[in-house]
Amino acid sequence: MSKRLTFGLATLILIGIGFFVFSDQTTMGEATVPTTVDFNYHVRPILSDRCFKCHGPDANKREAGLRLDTEEGAFAVLKDNPSQHVVVPGDPLSSELYHRISTSDTSELMPPPSSKLSLTTTEIAIIKKWIEQGAGYKRHWSFIAPEKPSIPKVDRSLNPKNPIDHFVFAKMEEMGLSPNELADKERLLKRVCMDITGLPPSIEMQEWFLNDASENAYEKIVDELLSSRHYGEKMAIAWMDIARYADSHGYQDDGYRTMWPWRDWVIHAFNKNYAFSKFLTWQLAGDLLPHPSKEMLLATGFNRNHKITQEGGVIDEEYRIEYVTDRTNTFGKAFMAITLECAKCHDHKYDPVSQKDYYSMFAFFDRVPEKGLVGDIQLASPGDPPNMKISTQDVQHVLSFINKKEESDVTVMIMRDSADIRKTRVLKRGVYDQPTDTVNMNTPASILGFTSSYEQNRLGLAKWLLSPAHPLTARVYVNRIWNDFFGRGLVKTVGDFGMQGELPTHPELLDWLAVDFRESGWNIKRLIKLIVTSATYQQSETRSKKKQQTDPENKYYSYFPRIRLSAELQKDLILSAAGILNTEIGGPSVKPYQPKGVWESTTSGRGELARYVQDNGEKLYRRGLYHFIKRTAPPPSLLIMDASNRDQCEVTRLRTNTPLQALVLMNDPQYLEAARVLAQRTAASTGSIRDKINRSFRKLVCRLPSDNELNRLEAYYQREYKKYKGNKERTSALLSAGEYPQVSAPDPAEAAALMQINQMLINLDETTIK
Amino acid sequence: MEQQEKKFRLNVTRRRFLTGAGLGIGSAALGTLLFKDQLFGAHDVQSLPLGIAQFAPKAKRIIYLFQNGAPSQLETFDYKPLLNKMHGEELPASIRMGQRLTGMTAYQEKFPLVGSTFEFSQHGQSGAWVSELFPHMASIVDELCFIRSMNTEAINHDPALTFFQTGAQQGNRPSMGAWVSYGLGSENSNMPSFTVLLSRGRGNGQGVYSKLWTNGFLDSIHQGVVFSSGEDPVLYLNNPPGHDRQSRRDMLDQLEQFNAESFETIGDPEINNRIQQYEMSYRMQSAVPELTDLTKESDATIKLYGPDCLVPGTYAANCLLARKLSESGVRFVQLYHQGWDTHGNLAGDMRMQAEDVDRASAGLIKDLKQRGLLDETLVIWGGEFGRTNYCQGKLDAQNYGRDHHPKCFTLWVAGGGIRPGTVYGETDEFGYNIVKDPVSVHDFHATLLHLMGIDHEQLTYRHLGRRYRLTDVAGNIVPGIIA
Repeated sequence: MSKRLTFGLATLILIGIGFFVFSDQTTMGEATVPTTVDFNYHVRPILSDRCFKCHGPDANKREAGLRLDTEEGAFAVLKDNPSQHVVVPGDPLSSELYHRISTSDTSELMPPPSSKLSLTTTEIAIIKKWIEQGAGYKRHWSFIAPEKPSIPKVDRSLNPKNPIDHFVFAKMEEMGLSPNELADKERLLKRVCMDITGLPPSIEMQEWFLNDASENAYEKIVDELLSSRHYGEKMAIAWMDIARYADSHGYQDDGYRTMWPWRDWVIHAFNKNYAFSKFLTWQLAGDLLPHPSKEMLLATGFNRNHKITQEGGVIDEEYRIEYVTDRTNTFGKAFMAITLECAKCHDHKYDPVSQKDYYSMFAFFDRVPEKGLVGDIQLASPGDPPNMKISTQDVQHVLSFINKKEESDVTVMIMRDSADIRKTRVLKRGVYDQPTDTVNMNTPASILGFTSSYEQNRLGLAKWLLSPAHPLTARVYVNRIWNDFFGRGLVKTVGDFGMQGELPTHPELLDWLAVDFRESGWNIKRLIKLIVTSATYQQSETRSKKKQQTDPENKYYSYFPRIRLSAELQKDLILSAAGILNTEIGGPSVKPYQPKGVWESTTSGRGELARYVQDNGEKLYRRGLYHFIKRTAPPPSLLIMDASNRDQCEVTRLRTNTPLQALVLMNDPQYLEAARVLAQRTAASTGSIRDKINRSFRKLVCRLPSDNELNRLEAYYQREYKKYKGNKERTSALLSAGEYPQVSAPDPAEAAALMQINQMLINLDETTIK
Repeated sequence: MEQQEKKFRLNVTRRRFLTGAGLGIGSAALGTLLFKDQLFGAHDVQSLPLGIAQFAPKAKRIIYLFQNGAPSQLETFDYKPLLNKMHGEELPASIRMGQRLTGMTAYQEKFPLVGSTFEFSQHGQSGAWVSELFPHMASIVDELCFIRSMNTEAINHDPALTFFQTGAQQGNRPSMGAWVSYGLGSENSNMPSFTVLLSRGRGNGQGVYSKLWTNGFLDSIHQGVVFSSGEDPVLYLNNPPGHDRQSRRDMLDQLEQFNAESFETIGDPEINNRIQQYEMSYRMQSAVPELTDLTKESDATIKLYGPDCLVPGTYAANCLLARKLSESGVRFVQLYHQGWDTHGNLAGDMRMQAEDVDRASAGLIKDLKQRGLLDETLVIWGGEFGRTNYCQGKLDAQNYGRDHHPKCFTLWVAGGGIRPGTVYGETDEFGYNIVKDPVSVHDFHATLLHLMGIDHEQLTYRHLGRRYRLTDVAGNIVPGIIA
């Protein structure tokens, strides 16, 4: 310990964190025993997390023949002692389960100490009470199809604007909370702009909204934003993460691929407000629709966006299996929020998905005439079979949304099935060269049976997903959209609706939204409008001390959460505010500024992506979503800001706060240049310095500064101005940032000082928050 | 050494207070906020470093000298005279036992055994065999522990590297450096706890991928940060032209005032966390260049690593940089050196690769030792798999090649908690199969974490419904290599 003392205070504090963390490794809910114990909310999370691993759905790893995930299993007699029952409803002291979790005899204690899992005294008390109250079992909530609940009544004085508010406010009331007042107009405007189009409101738009006193002023803005062609771009970002879109094949040599026409289609589909049912069907099975159009085929690129190896010497089948695995797992995660991958090597430990179920789903994606290895990197094509060529003529006639400028054809990978190409077999431990039983295409009965009315192919699978009886599809999609807007899903684990996932905070609201969404014809824009016009969404972000204490995670939405802009939107906001954003839509991905050596220091030296050749001119100012993604070396400025590396399907991003993010915002030439151009233009315009600072502030922070703020900024400006005024060399060095043409200002020192102001504003916490 | 470390820490603390003092009004309050935030600021408790070892650690820091491309065990440390005797003869089926082969040799008609073209001799008290390629390493064998019985599940570079670094061949899992950072946090508040150094030799290169140092599902504070000894030692670290440290400070002071005001009105604790991150970035801007400046090293030190260590981006420079980073408290320094993929022209390539790494690898061990750091620093040297005992392509008098071989290979470990001067595990006379004490990649990971004072079964993170760990569902500690 004496050594440790020298580590100083910080270490002592970290030690404190250590203890805290170890005692709080699980995400169990309240630390008190509820009056009425609910199986789904209170008991199953404990059983699932601590018991199912050995006493759950996995038949091969089941200990003592005991399973606790089903009622039959729990009420059964003990295998080795038929006079004793596992659970005797109403009588914990006669229930072996209670005995085993509460005993002080470590040879009998469950979970056994060797498992390194244990139950807290509260958890033991919950189980005891559950047994006392009759040990009722329920099916897992997310496997029961949602029904539309009635809308709760709430106090009119709270001014609910639509059904969302009724559900949210009712819950708040239950928790002793009340909603915040509405946000001020400027902050609300920035929020809704960044959420719908991902572009900040111009000063003109701010003025217009501030001066429009009509009752539906906000609704007008929302409608305008939803009809903007930039809406599709904003929506595409999250879908590109889910679809693991990239511009390279991934794996070792990481050659070039041209899937960007698929990305252009996604933007188009959102802009045209394709029903989610159509969006889903075309991507999963566009090739299987009758007389598929080129557009339908293009959409199926979704299932070919996975990584493909070009490493000489790999075993073909090993990788082909890997691709089918990726599609199957993506399917589970993207559309159903089920961690199917857990059942690839063995029966699922927690959810009722057997290994056989896994390969029955796998079978849907296993008919593609494809190879695992796509030859030599030097020869490899950007699109491996099955693929489709897109010609200029196609773009002129049927695929007009594709931004193709080059004369030559573009090749995109698409899906195709060859019915008799192979039989799907269960792979022992998931290993490609250990095939066992043959399986047919099927879905897990525990979720929803696959009846004979569905085609035995991906089209049937899409129809199955869209069935009103399907318990997951609509819920998972509305939850993810909700998560995009509120920074937290109604089910927090947006990628896991299974037994190990968190329970919904507002189950009725989730079900209401899901059913309403389906009944509306899977109308995405309508869903978004419902969300952003709710009073819940329009609340201010102020959190009182009380709210900070009672609702620190904002589980009950009693204030609007402050959410940092995504990596892409951060760039969009800054370039747009500076007036240098290139608003062109779609086309091949671009290579903006990037520190030297990021590609070069990692490459094998083979293929056309060995070296980063930066673009110039207007390509430097495209929106963030068009950054070229080379999977083995993704753009560092995005990655540092928590963007996905597109290695696999990701349904949500982490939100972190690190010193490297500060360095990017302070030193990335992209942002320095934006600050410079804005400063030069402002300096060249008319008006007092105070006016000029005011305008820059409104562009970057999207609101009017307070007098106090302006005073401070003006004083800062004067100090900076003095520094630069006498120092020509330093002034021109500062103003040299970026390739954007210099804008001449009468007094360069003024531009330099304004640039410092802009940089400070770019780094302001408020600027980076949506 | 103890003294030196103490002094360094005092400096760090002093620097922190000095920058704090520079903040002017409210700096005292800010100071308390910073510390408080470390405790309560972040919303996700799981993503904070655990901050404490679970039992007494034997090592505090790791330096991993990854030899990317897989150096042949048969030309380095696993001496097999039988192969020279049977040179050109067919690999017996009883030895191969139907083992799967890569797509590069699976269709080869013959599998002629090939003996090493390099001489081997025994060294040190331990009498370990080392080939003539590594005279410097041979001089320190009594500090090293050779594991000759490593084996892996993957047969190609990408999956094998990914497996070594993340415990899984596929799947974007956190890298071992990220796990260690998550488990133990940082010893130096001015530096990231996981850093990465890249270099390339003259042999056949196979590339590296940022997923090898990914934080996976862990907080991105645990992501490996690529360092170099060039002009921009960390991406985006340098202030742009026209800026200096004072103007940065002025901007940060402005920023802090505005942000603090936001906190007053809005009450979001994340704002304070952000202020803290900006302050750390500012401290990094002075701490990092100081550390990555290799020009102030003594002649004696330069001699240890060889003159290449003054050329930025070389393996030797990275070894020296690794020592400095590690000494400053960086938990995990991960090097990658490309060029060991000797499918053909093995004789020539191995010599060039060895020239580039031998002296600096040995120099690092000697340097750590003389600074009293070797006892608390775990150093690892090795590749992602082994190479075949038979020839790939045509075997002629001048040259030969070797394909990938996952069933056995050698790596060495040294320093913190390792039993020095040992050889662990054994392969058969053909250098094809393990006959004694096999060590899997999971076993290796479990042992490394153990040496760092972490129970590999307890270092878990719950993500999408299950608890993940570096060792997945396997891994046994290897007591035979522990002192």
